[in-house]
Amino acid sequence: MARIGVFVCHCGTNIAGVVDVTRVAKYAGSLPGVKVAVDYKFMCSDPGQNTIIDAIKKYGLDRLVVSACSPRMHEATFRRTAERAGINPYMVEMANIREHVAWVHSDDKELATQKAMKLMEMAVAKVRRSEALSKMFAPIEKRALVIGGGIAGIQAALDIAGAGYKVLLVEKEPSIGGRMAQLDKTFPTLDCSACILTPKMVAAAQDPNITLLTYAEVTEVCGFVGQFEVKIKKKAKSVNSKCIGCGVCTTKCPSKKALSEFDEKLAPRKAIYTPFPQAVPNVPVIDRTACTFFLTGKCKICEKVCPTGAIDYTQQDEFIKEKFGAVVVATGFDIYDHSNYGEYGYGEIKDVITGLQFERLISSTGPTAGHVTRPSDHREVKNVVFIQCVGSRDEAKKRPYCSRVCCMYTAKQAMLLKDHYPETQAYVFYIDIRSAGKNYEEFVQRAQNEYGVLYLRGRVSKIYERANKLLVKGADTLSGAQVEIEADLVVLANGFEPKKGAKEFAQLFHMSSDQYGFYNELHPKLAPVETAISGVFVAGCCQSPKDIPDTVAMASATAAKVCALFAKEKLEVEPLIAGVNQLTCSGCETCYNVCPYSAIEMKDKEVKRGEVRHVAEVLESVCKGCGACVGACYSKAVDLKGFTDRQVLDQVETATAPITDN
Amino acid sequence: MKYELQLKNIKEGFRKDVENLSQQKISNCYQCGKCSAGCPVAYAMDYPPSMIMRMIQLGMHDPVMSSNTSWYCVSCETCTTRCPREIDIAKVMDTLKIMAQAGKYKLSENEIPIFDWIFLKSIELTGKIYELGMIGAYNLLSLNPFKDVYPMGLKMILKGKIGFIPHLIYNPFEVIKNIRMFNAIRKKDRERIYEKNV
Repeated sequence: MARIGVFVCHCGTNIAGVVDVTRVAKYAGSLPGVKVAVDYKFMCSDPGQNTIIDAIKKYGLDRLVVSACSPRMHEATFRRTAERAGINPYMVEMANIREHVAWVHSDDKELATQKAMKLMEMAVAKVRRSEALSKMFAPIEKRALVIGGGIAGIQAALDIAGAGYKVLLVEKEPSIGGRMAQLDKTFPTLDCSACILTPKMVAAAQDPNITLLTYAEVTEVCGFVGQFEVKIKKKAKSVNSKCIGCGVCTTKCPSKKALSEFDEKLAPRKAIYTPFPQAVPNVPVIDRTACTFFLTGKCKICEKVCPTGAIDYTQQDEFIKEKFGAVVVATGFDIYDHSNYGEYGYGEIKDVITGLQFERLISSTGPTAGHVTRPSDHREVKNVVFIQCVGSRDEAKKRPYCSRVCCMYTAKQAMLLKDHYPETQAYVFYIDIRSAGKNYEEFVQRAQNEYGVLYLRGRVSKIYERANKLLVKGADTLSGAQVEIEADLVVLANGFEPKKGAKEFAQLFHMSSDQYGFYNELHPKLAPVETAISGVFVAGCCQSPKDIPDTVAMASATAAKVCALFAKEKLEVEPLIAGVNQLTCSGCETCYNVCPYSAIEMKDKEVKRGEVRHVAEVLESVCKGCGACVGACYSKAVDLKGFTDRQVLDQVETATAPITDN
Repeated sequence: MKYELQLKNIKEGFRKDVENLSQQKISNCYQCGKCSAGCPVAYAMDYPPSMIMRMIQLGMHDPVMSSNTSWYCVSCETCTTRCPREIDIAKVMDTLKIMAQAGKYKLSENEIPIFDWIFLKSIELTGKIYELGMIGAYNLLSLNPFKDVYPMGLKMILKGKIGFIPHLIYNPFEVIKNIRMFNAIRKKDRERIYEKNV
């Protein structure tokens, strides 16, 4: 016979303010099998836990029910308490009478008390059939996978490698560096973006613990924390490891059809190319959609000029499968495509450019070598209009969020323009200036006061092309005046949006993303880099728009989390997994098909002496205890430890019976 | 400063009245000014549209209703198309006009309401526009009786562009139907406006 103890928590006034806790405890005492039922102000406090331990010793209890908050909050606490008193920790049940009762039913105290009593009674019914389980351990593959070679990925890889663990850094493009490599200067210090980024890129390439895998994509993921099995597609570079990065092939290549992604399509690039001069690794790739040889079968100039014979047209996409203990997702962002803005020319006006294009224009390594000219006719500019909040804070365009960095980068670009060409005039149309950050507000003030950038508060309504100029119609709501500016160049401060295909990528890891496609963190405040999938961490702009300092901080935080995980010898795993009764299993393979974690194996096994049958078996280290197989099994041969059919049915029976309380 | 925002100047239910009647969430407006930027008639308005939105948010019924903004609105709906907060600003302007006509709030001191009223009256009574009567009545009521009479008016009469007798619709009994319909709409408007005030 079970000896159950019921402990009802007041949680200050959180529960006791609504639920009559003494009545709940009294009712508990009347239930069969319950030897003791007490209520206490804070069960989770030290004296509260000691009450439980004392009661266990005094009454010889072997099962506990704690009527308090949600199991997510304190189940682990009370399991440890039980363990300290010498009971199996899985003999503890929580009845959630705070979140599920007191907080949501504060309007009807009587019914709330009855619901609390019922929930407690259900927990008692369940714990009566609980079985002792023991913790399981799983090995950890002490190797991390970092997806995305931008500043976030590089920083995370460097930090993990610095702690002595192996890292594989996967990047989709031919070079690491990401968005930050495209920038000219960084706010608020105006130091050169490439100058502070390239040392980190080189460090990542030279670190013995980091393996770089550029021009590669993650295509398949299975497994769980400590044991991720990841399939990576190495796209064919058509250039093999003999390449010494001399660059002769890229200068001799006759094809100029493709547009440079790195220069934001402002300049053509060759079919065999490195994205930018400081690329790491400095190995070119052949873009097969642009290469004359791959299109027509003739050319092969790169092969002729290559001094080491590194060109290999026969290379194929290669798939590798590797194991990792933890994954850092740092896949970055795209900028908003303003072709949705009819009033700004549907993206058709050549001299209306994005902020990132302006970065390339003003960068000394850019297509114009740092001369800001109009993309349409290459003339010098006189009046430049910057428009903020394009694709941010715009409900009509389904982008109601603030992209956080546009105010700052617009101020930076206006400043750089005035710095390079003091005779030009820069106008900035803004709605609100959001410059929260160290030295950020001072930076914007400097743009206005020292550099003489004219800030106009209002959104631009329309851009017309008129006689080689762009007519910008805006307003200054502070003076109530309409503003019309004849501009040579219009720079839009495009907001951030998730990388194309971000939602499909999230599916690989079963990560959740918000309605725009930014990945969800586990908790917005207390777990900002973890995801709901343990062992998968997020860093940088794939989680939300953010600036470089925040991205670097977040990347280092993921590294700390990965290192903390790898510092453990073995991973503790909850034993709440499925088990198959092979005597009743009919071998129909239904469970094998429904299991989302591939944790079920079909085997030909001798279940009874002389009887070999095709039966299912659960791989204990892979099973996550979701229960899909339990529901699917036709012959009721599968059961979930900790949530057996008997336990659940008992709970249902208790729930539907009337309360026998006077 | 044109106007001082004081408690006594604010009418609590004004924003709610406008929101209910126009079915638009004016409190959504975050004052980006895109409506004012694109408005083709903002140069003639007392306050640009974005400022009217702000005044409605603050419950400043007096300057909103006495301004000419809503009467000068030509309902081109440029503001509505481009509003990032998806407020139908042109509809709000229409609502302000309806509210002013219904007499709950003060009417703007310009001649456009008079024109609108006479225009609608002409349609109500004849089923079509009776130009001469309408122009005459408008000139008299706007205290400018000889406006456009010479030479344009005279020329048009001589060329037969303006007739002395009103054109009637084919079935004169339809006019009675017409008047009934106008009365019903007027009554409905008034009911909606005053009912929401309670």
